[in-house]
Amino acid sequence: MESNNNSLRQQIADMRQSLFDEEMLDRHYRTVEELSDKDHPNFAEEVMTMYFRDSTKLIAIFENALENAPFNFIVLDKYLHQLKGSSASIGAKKVWEKINEMRDCLRERDIEGTRTVLQQLKKEHDNLRGRIEPYFRMLRQVGPSEIAQRPK
Amino acid sequence: MATSTSGAAWKSGDVVSDQFPAGLRVLVVDDDPTCLMILEKMLRTCLYEVTKCNRAEHALSLLRENKNGFDIVISDVHMPDMNGFKLLEHIGLEMDLPVIMMSADDGKDVVMKGVTHGACDYLIKPVRIEALKNIWQHVVRKKKNEWRELEQSGSVEEGDRSAKPSEDADYSSSANEGNWKSSKKRRDEDEEAEERDDTSTLKKPRVVWSVELHQQFVAAVNQLGIDKAVPKKILELMNVPGLTRENVASHLQKYRLYLRRLSGQHQTSMNNSFINPQEASFGAMTSLNGIDLQTLAVAGQIPAQSLATLQAAGLGRSTAKPGIPLPLVDQRNLFSFENPKLRFGEGQQQQQQHLGTSKPVNLLHGIPTSMEPKQLTSLHQSAQSLGMNMQVNTHGAQNSSLLMQMNQPQSRGQILNDTASSHVPRLPTTQTIVSTGLASGVLGRNGITNNGRGAGYNPVMQNSSMLNFPNGFPLGSASTMSGLPSQGSFQEEVTSEVKGSVSFAASYDIFNDLNQHKSNDWDIQNVGLTFDASQQSNSIPSGSLDLVHQGFSGSQRNMPVRNQSNVGKPMYSIGDIGHGNAQNTSQHLNTLLGDNSIRIKTERNTDVLADNGFFPEQFGQDDLMSALLKQQQEGITPAENQFDFDGYSMDNIPV
Repeated sequence: MESNNNSLRQQIADMRQSLFDEEMLDRHYRTVEELSDKDHPNFAEEVMTMYFRDSTKLIAIFENALENAPFNFIVLDKYLHQLKGSSASIGAKKVWEKINEMRDCLRERDIEGTRTVLQQLKKEHDNLRGRIEPYFRMLRQVGPSEIAQRPK
Repeated sequence: MATSTSGAAWKSGDVVSDQFPAGLRVLVVDDDPTCLMILEKMLRTCLYEVTKCNRAEHALSLLRENKNGFDIVISDVHMPDMNGFKLLEHIGLEMDLPVIMMSADDGKDVVMKGVTHGACDYLIKPVRIEALKNIWQHVVRKKKNEWRELEQSGSVEEGDRSAKPSEDADYSSSANEGNWKSSKKRRDEDEEAEERDDTSTLKKPRVVWSVELHQQFVAAVNQLGIDKAVPKKILELMNVPGLTRENVASHLQKYRLYLRRLSGQHQTSMNNSFINPQEASFGAMTSLNGIDLQTLAVAGQIPAQSLATLQAAGLGRSTAKPGIPLPLVDQRNLFSFENPKLRFGEGQQQQQQHLGTSKPVNLLHGIPTSMEPKQLTSLHQSAQSLGMNMQVNTHGAQNSSLLMQMNQPQSRGQILNDTASSHVPRLPTTQTIVSTGLASGVLGRNGITNNGRGAGYNPVMQNSSMLNFPNGFPLGSASTMSGLPSQGSFQEEVTSEVKGSVSFAASYDIFNDLNQHKSNDWDIQNVGLTFDASQQSNSIPSGSLDLVHQGFSGSQRNMPVRNQSNVGKPMYSIGDIGHGNAQNTSQHLNTLLGDNSIRIKTERNTDVLADNGFFPEQFGQDDLMSALLKQQQEGITPAENQFDFDGYSMDNIPV
């Protein structure tokens, strides 16, 4: 059991590290992790859950708005701006980069370009979620408080 | 941590918490739940007392309901229900709290916008906790500035400033047990040593132009004739012990500006170009400071120089303060300048448009001066609103300029009284304001004025002089702006209201009157403007505030305590004034929201003045204008500028 736990922890640690190595997450995520404390041992997970919930919705709304003319560029940019803020706050680096690209396209009124990058954004977004969810699941298995504090 | 204790400490302002900045009461506003969650956690980690909010409207109502409940506000720039900058303005006007803006954008333009609107800091997302750890500095700085301002104003009624000084002292001096005076004195000595140039022993005591005092002043001026009114003679006529010629001289200066503004407004057709607040003017106005100034400048209305001067002057205090006051000042100045200018045919229309012209003069119509009281009250409520007091005072004080100068900081309470008393003779209790520092004054005024407003500020209703209170009457104007979207800059609204009410003299009081007269002119569109007629207190409908602020974009916000108050605050009071005039106020507010806010101000001022006798028709408008402009050019204290601004929308006000 103990060794299982240890190996699990190790696995979790590795998962976490690879997220950083692959730049899917950046140091801001560490900040979020560090906010966990006794009262909120799963703070990082809570934040990420909330992030994905809202970002998924926002991306869907955005995609929808991008489908048909006329395009309200101001509103579109607002969506992206919001997505950018939340993504940056949790350290979702690649997602954040894609958002910036989309904003550039929008600024140039390049709808097609925006759509293309949007698909890339969705992919990065899904990737991140696909890696984060199992990570947290495992974290919970080993004991959140400890894991959360484990620096990496 | 000492959230509770610290909170208590902060609130009372009597004692500096040993754990400062722990316990700093922060209100964080962001529509993104993820960011909000992270921020809240970070702030709690800094040992701050955090309240989070995901809607600007809600945030405003929270702030309004707990005037002294928060020390600082952190808000995102982009929010669905209200532009963050508008919120910024509102807060600056109404509560005069330091506001930190946040955004995922780090573009220079948007950061500049934050600065011009009076944000005391601008954070880029993702926000680091280190950045949050130091936000307390803005609170301290602001209080310090307010303190200084108070002291500078030379209070005749020093007792009034009880609220603020202690708070300031708390921050800076620790364990100042609410001995306002002593701490004030201490501060005076420390910080205002250079001001000690007067005959009085300590640095020259600041004169607090209470309502009564101002009334005496006005009576003396009227007696002498505005053209012949020289400080020496006025002083003699007034026969107030302890009042110096210098006090009178500076007050006179402001008063002149105020009159000028009023007269200028009358002249120009108020309606001229009141553009629907919702229109571009809003857009332009939104960032009040930034845009308006620009617009104005571009329009050639305001010489770049004067603008700069105005801004500088207006900021006066604001300079010392974190950015917030500045922006407002600028805006205000703009308007004031513009108004005079416009009035004289220079392009008034433009101003009006800028201001938020959408609503023609009627802005003030519905808005009885009661707005002032409300605003005052609201202002008063927050301890922080010391700055606000100043503003309120301006409003209340018919003499927008007078008030402004007066010393906004300290005399918040006093000013309120002054304004209250001066403007509305009827306001019975306004005097209290002085002592309690706006809050009471405001309340008094509001309450009374509202009720009695009809009497006192009826002038406001006059339509002709709408612009009475430049500074704070936004509320009044709001009414006219009914059509204005809440986003309209506060100024715009004001103007609009002013227009309508014309007699929006006492700003707040006028509101009442306005309401009475016009009351239903404007539909309250403001976002939530729901002025309760009966609420005299500061519970200005959140919507209304928005209106006001909106009108005041930027400039108002920036104006440090003083200016802001005038501009933004008055408007708010309308909401407060609500009582009785609820509908009016709301209407007014609506208008205020629109671009008319600015206009309202002007209108109000006139009204107020007229009503209270401040605005003697005899004054040549040209004369006033020139004086006003001149003063502005010279960088008259922000207070003065404030008045000017108020008048700016006068033109728009249909007489």
